[in-house]
Amino acid sequence: MTACGLAVLAVLVLIVYELVIRSGLSWHAFGFKFFATSDWDPVSAVFGALPFIYGTLVSSFFALLIAVPLAIGVAVFTTEMCPKAFRGPLSFFVELLAAIPSVIYGLWAIYVLIPLLSAYAQPILTRTLGWTPLFSGPFFGYSMLAAAIILAIMIIPIISSITREVLMVVPQHQREGVLALGATRWEMIRVGVLRNARAGILGGIILGLGRALGETMAVTMVIGNRPEIAKSLFAPGYTMASVLANEFSEATGDVYLSALVEIGLALFLVTIVVNALAQLLVWSVTRGQPARGQA
Amino acid sequence: MSTAATIQAVVPPISLRRRFTDRIMTGAAILTVVIVLAPLVAIFAYLVYRGVGSLNWAFLTQIPKPVGEVGGGMANAIVGSILILCIASVIGVPFGVGAGIYLAEFGRNRLGSGIRFTADVLNGVPSIVMGIVAWSILVRGHGFSALAGGVALAIMMVPTVARTTEEMLLLVPRALREASYGLGVPLWRTTLSVTLRTATSGVITGIMLAFARVAGETAPLLFTALGNDYWNLKVNQPTAALSLQIYKYALSPYDDWHRQAWAGALVLIILIVTAVGAVRYVVRRGSFGMA
Repeated sequence: MTACGLAVLAVLVLIVYELVIRSGLSWHAFGFKFFATSDWDPVSAVFGALPFIYGTLVSSFFALLIAVPLAIGVAVFTTEMCPKAFRGPLSFFVELLAAIPSVIYGLWAIYVLIPLLSAYAQPILTRTLGWTPLFSGPFFGYSMLAAAIILAIMIIPIISSITREVLMVVPQHQREGVLALGATRWEMIRVGVLRNARAGILGGIILGLGRALGETMAVTMVIGNRPEIAKSLFAPGYTMASVLANEFSEATGDVYLSALVEIGLALFLVTIVVNALAQLLVWSVTRGQPARGQA
Repeated sequence: MSTAATIQAVVPPISLRRRFTDRIMTGAAILTVVIVLAPLVAIFAYLVYRGVGSLNWAFLTQIPKPVGEVGGGMANAIVGSILILCIASVIGVPFGVGAGIYLAEFGRNRLGSGIRFTADVLNGVPSIVMGIVAWSILVRGHGFSALAGGVALAIMMVPTVARTTEEMLLLVPRALREASYGLGVPLWRTTLSVTLRTATSGVITGIMLAFARVAGETAPLLFTALGNDYWNLKVNQPTAALSLQIYKYALSPYDDWHRQAWAGALVLIILIVTAVGAVRYVVRRGSFGMA
């Protein structure tokens, strides 16, 4: 049994070892410049990962911007407002969103979401917010905007289920106390519940961020895969995970492969840090009980 | 003065503004639920609409036709997916359950905490990174294979299975273990025939959750199993998988392939939803009282 336990640690060591060894070539060739330049030219073997890092950060940031208020709203509704009989089914349906495979999200986004965005959302956004750089220029369909929206849909169940869990460990007398002082239900939620659960909710948000950073298939299918740093959300982009998905199996040349593995290593390190941070925050609230529902 | 009148005299009425805010926030919470459930309904409705129309006998029994030809199916991908998932389960489940037993029964120490934390962190590692690791170990120099795909998925299963197994074992009452020790049964025997036995349905739940999670994975298979347009049952050869085939067909320019991508998606989701539904059924029927 101890051996199996140690196997979990061994897996982590193995991942780090393989990624470090296989990316050595690229690290020696480009050093830190790898993360600061934006030339991605397999033909002349010059690699810079900046456009991918930019795409990953921007798509995840806007996904969080959309997902966080919605996820917290759903969690608050399920734990504090909804009649007891509906709690189970409601959380089941939200968690069902987490069970849909990434590739099916991508398929749906290509054939339903993108046409909807082009027909309805883009004209409205251009008319109202077209003057900002974020929504300027022509809409490509396959874009950062589509990627951010599909990512948001995918991370809502994670943030929402962790928030729900954290809200449920807020002691009942806390609620009763605030209500007894004459608070309305919303004031009770704001003062008695949300304020106490802040650390755990933040943990859930960061876990969602970790998932968004590493999400591959759905994003690859809708982001347009162009290694450029564009200001507008209407323009296509590229993420670290997508470049791996698109180019890894066809990469020729040791430096090319090594550069791709280095992107994988960077992605791994970032998600490890993000997840560790989130886990500590969630644990601090739920007292070491495992955080469930992270798909 | 009656009690109600006293209260009314002491407690000032809730102001209009506060009552208004309360209503607005309640409305906002309901609105978020509607917005979140809308894509779920939209995805399932469209999936069923496109999938049912595209699903036919040929799809389930034939292999892909050459590029440009109409017809054919994903039979080899369905079988390939099952093959890869079998490999993943055979490797991932024993390690995961073992690690879970360790954490629950012997893991109340620093090593246990370390392993618990590592498992939770591994749970969040992007699946495509697991693909790179499996590629680095098994594909480089040997070629793409079903085995490499299975190993990539197995690595993903271990932390999930370990943590749910631990949780389920911890729900087994202490008294049951003590009764077993009291009868002179050694620790290892107690763990296997009393603790694990009692928690069986819960442990199976965890295994199925992990299975459902990896069943739809595409990213770790891209450069391990690679995909294949023909029948293959050899574990050391490139193998088709349902998710890979959906991805390939979705991005193709052919209408007939789009149709098949939707049919494949429907088959895949039926597989996963059945697993998740079965999980909830087992959990509810079990003696754990959690769902």
